[in-house]
Amino acid sequence: MITAGCDVGSLTSKAVIIRDGRIIGSAIIRSSSRPEISAQKVMDEALEKAKISQSGVEYCVGTGYGRDNIPFVDQARSEIACHARGAVWLAPATKTIIDIGGQDCKAIRLDKNGRVEKFLTNDKCAAGTGRFLEVMAKLLGVSVDDLGKMSKKSREPVTLASTCTVWAQADVIQYINSGIPVEDVGAGVNNAMAGRVATLANAVHAQREVAMTGGVAKNAGVVRSLEKLIGHKVTIIRKADPQLAGAIGAAVLASDVKEGRA
Amino acid sequence: MIVAGVDVGSLTAKAVIMKDNEIIASAVLRANPSPGQSAREVMDMALAQAGLSQGDIEFTVGTGYGRKQIDFVNLVESEIACHARGAVWNMPSVRSIIDIGGQDAKAARIDENGNVERYGYNDKCASGTGRFLEVMAEALDVPMEDMGDLDLQATEDLSISNQCVVFAETEVISLVNKGYEVPDIAKALHKAMAGRVAALAKGIGVEEDIAFTGGVAKNKGLGRALANALNMDLKFLDTDPQTNGALGAALMASQVMAEKKSA
Repeated sequence: MITAGCDVGSLTSKAVIIRDGRIIGSAIIRSSSRPEISAQKVMDEALEKAKISQSGVEYCVGTGYGRDNIPFVDQARSEIACHARGAVWLAPATKTIIDIGGQDCKAIRLDKNGRVEKFLTNDKCAAGTGRFLEVMAKLLGVSVDDLGKMSKKSREPVTLASTCTVWAQADVIQYINSGIPVEDVGAGVNNAMAGRVATLANAVHAQREVAMTGGVAKNAGVVRSLEKLIGHKVTIIRKADPQLAGAIGAAVLASDVKEGRA
Repeated sequence: MIVAGVDVGSLTAKAVIMKDNEIIASAVLRANPSPGQSAREVMDMALAQAGLSQGDIEFTVGTGYGRKQIDFVNLVESEIACHARGAVWNMPSVRSIIDIGGQDAKAARIDENGNVERYGYNDKCASGTGRFLEVMAEALDVPMEDMGDLDLQATEDLSISNQCVVFAETEVISLVNKGYEVPDIAKALHKAMAGRVAALAKGIGVEEDIAFTGGVAKNKGLGRALANALNMDLKFLDTDPQTNGALGAALMASQVMAEKKSA
C-alpha cells in the first residue's frame, strides 16, 4: 500500500511517500506564493525519488497552512493531528511533542491512545521560535549550529532581561559591549529560548516521553536547558529529517484511513 | 517663578523651562547610554536657549525611564502623571492620553484636574512602540519623518497580518519584493500598529477627548489609523508632543513652588 502526505507551510513545503510502513520518497522545497503550485512541485519531486507516478498513490492527506488549496489530496488534516501522528510513528512511546519551526512553536500532549489531548501554539511572536535563534546567531556572528555548542563552553550564562526578540537584541549588544565572553551570552540566548518554549510545554503539562521535532532540536544548548525547565528528558527524533514530521504524520494518517484505523 | 522639567526616555532626553506658567525654552536630544549625562546635556541646551543658568531654576522635576539617575532634580514623578498633566494644561477637555515613545506605549484615563484614574502600558514587546515604525521605515528605506504622510498617497488597501516586529519586517520585505507600492505598505503598517495600540487603549476604557502624545505622535498617518481603529477622535496638542512629558514635569514643579509660597 502506498500513501502520501503533503505539508504546505508558509516557508517550506514538504511531501512524504510511504509504502508498507517505510518512507520511499520525500522532498522539501521553498514555498512559492501559491500553495497549489508548491504542493504539486514538492509532490512531483517526492514521486520522482520514490520512482512512482501520482496514480500509484492510493490515498493522500494534506496539511499545513495551505492544506485547503491542494487539489490532489483526499483529505486535509490539521498540523497538530499530523505532527502528533508523525511523532508517535517515529517514536511510539511519545506522550508530549515539542515542535519548533522557523516561525512557530507547538506543544502537544497525547492521551494513552496517542490522541491529542491538549495543545498550544505560538506563531504570533518570534520569541521561542527558530527565528529568535537566527536573529541572535547573526548578531553574535556565529552559525545557529555553533550557537548551540556555546552552552557547554559557558561558565556563567547571562540572563536576558527581555523576552521580545527586538528588546533582547539590545540586551545582547549591551553584554557584548561590556566585554562578557561570547559563550556566556550565547548560553544566555539558548536559555532564554528554552524558557519561552518551556512555558508552552508546562502549560500543556508535558509528560514522558517528550519528543522534539523541528530544526531547533539540533541545538544542544536549548535542549539541555529545556530538560531542566520541564523536568523531563527530551528525546530528539533522528529517524527522519525533523522538518518532515508533519508530512510523515499526514502520510501515516493516510494509511490509517486505508487500513480502516481512522 | 522659573521651573524646569526633564524627561529622560530610552531614545531621547527632553527638557522644558517655564517662567510664570509660560514655556520659555524646550530641547530634545538623542539620549546617550548614561541617563544622568543625557539629562545634564539637554538641560544645558534648554538653559542656553532661555539665557539662564542652573542657579536660576527654582525647582526641577525629573521623569522618564532614566529619572532616578538625574542628579540635579528636586523631585521625580511618573511619566504617565507628567504626560497627563502636560496634556490637560494644553487642552482642558482632555480625559485620556495615548502616549507612544521609542520603546513603550501607554494609555491613561484622567480626571478634570489631570490626575490619572486608570492606565495600561506595554514595554514588554516592541510591537506597538516607536521601534516598530523605526524598523519598518528602515525596511522600506524611508526616513522616519517621512513615514507619517505616506498613507495619503496610498491607493491600494493592503494588510499586514503580523504584529510581531520581527515577523512583520519579513512580511514588509516580501511585499516590497512583490512590487507593492511603498505608500500602500506604509498605510498597512500604520493600521497594524494602530490595532495593537487601540487594544491597549480600549482595555482601560479611553474616553474623549483623547490626546495623542510622545515622539511617535508626530506621525500623523499613525494618528489617522489610530483614530480609525478606536472609532474616536484624536487631538493633537499645540505644543510638541515629544516634549509633553517634560512639560508636565515642569508644571508639577510650578505646582510645588506655588504650594510652598502659599504655605
